[in-house]
Amino acid sequence: MYNFTPIPSLIGGIIIGISVVIFFYTTGRLAGISGIFANTILNKKNRISNLLFLIGLVIGPLFYFNISKVQINFEITNSIILIFIAGFLVGLGTRMSGGCTSGHGICGISRFSIRSIVATITFIASGVVTVFILQNFGVHL
Amino acid sequence: MNEKIISLTCGIIFGIGLVISGMTNPSKVISFLSITYNWDASLIFVMGGAIIVTAPLFYLLRNNKNSLLGNEFSFPKKTGINFKLIFGSILFGTGWGLVGLCPGPSVSSIAMFNPLTLLFLLAMVLGILFNKFF
Repeated sequence: MYNFTPIPSLIGGIIIGISVVIFFYTTGRLAGISGIFANTILNKKNRISNLLFLIGLVIGPLFYFNISKVQINFEITNSIILIFIAGFLVGLGTRMSGGCTSGHGICGISRFSIRSIVATITFIASGVVTVFILQNFGVHL
Repeated sequence: MNEKIISLTCGIIFGIGLVISGMTNPSKVISFLSITYNWDASLIFVMGGAIIVTAPLFYLLRNNKNSLLGNEFSFPKKTGINFKLIFGSILFGTGWGLVGLCPGPSVSSIAMFNPLTLLFLLAMVLGILFNKFF
């Protein structure tokens, strides 16, 4: 298998889980990032807390790069049109369905929410189909 | 005040988890979705790792009403499968597959200092605002 990194991915996942647990146990709110992001823009309630969570999402990686000195892998398409369409679809789609990889994929599934299980299967399947179609048009990232 | 410090701290922990897991690298996400060509299944372990931590907590707290800071535990009010859930998930998955960024990593990747991520975030904001028409 190509670039298979199960151990770092598992450790990263556990750390994400710890964040979700602390956030929920203390504030009573679920750490779904699309919800936190959208509420920062649209909702006065908890706006500062939500914004601080998003700022933390940026500080975390910077902090990690500084102490670990690991090589940063960040490879993204250079197509401005593709990036714009993708960002728009991610924003619209997560608001229509009420969650993203963290909200449905982690919080929802671990609460055995049928809605979230269906959403997660649907967006992963949709992502797989999208990548398959792109690759058959000769776009390999 | 406490809630603000906790939010920032949880954001930092979440961001560190995202980077270590590989979710912040769009090409790794694309490889995860590319099951017919050079498949990289690593990201299943991200969701799995997170769920083995979160599922027991939700189970243990199932009868509790209030959080440590005294807020009522809040859960999504919507139940049941509807058109918006399915259609929205299809749109999200399409956007995710096109570039390899979902909301958490798209925010964390500001730390990569790549202007393309700012364009992604701008488009994501427009998408969120556009949802008002539905």
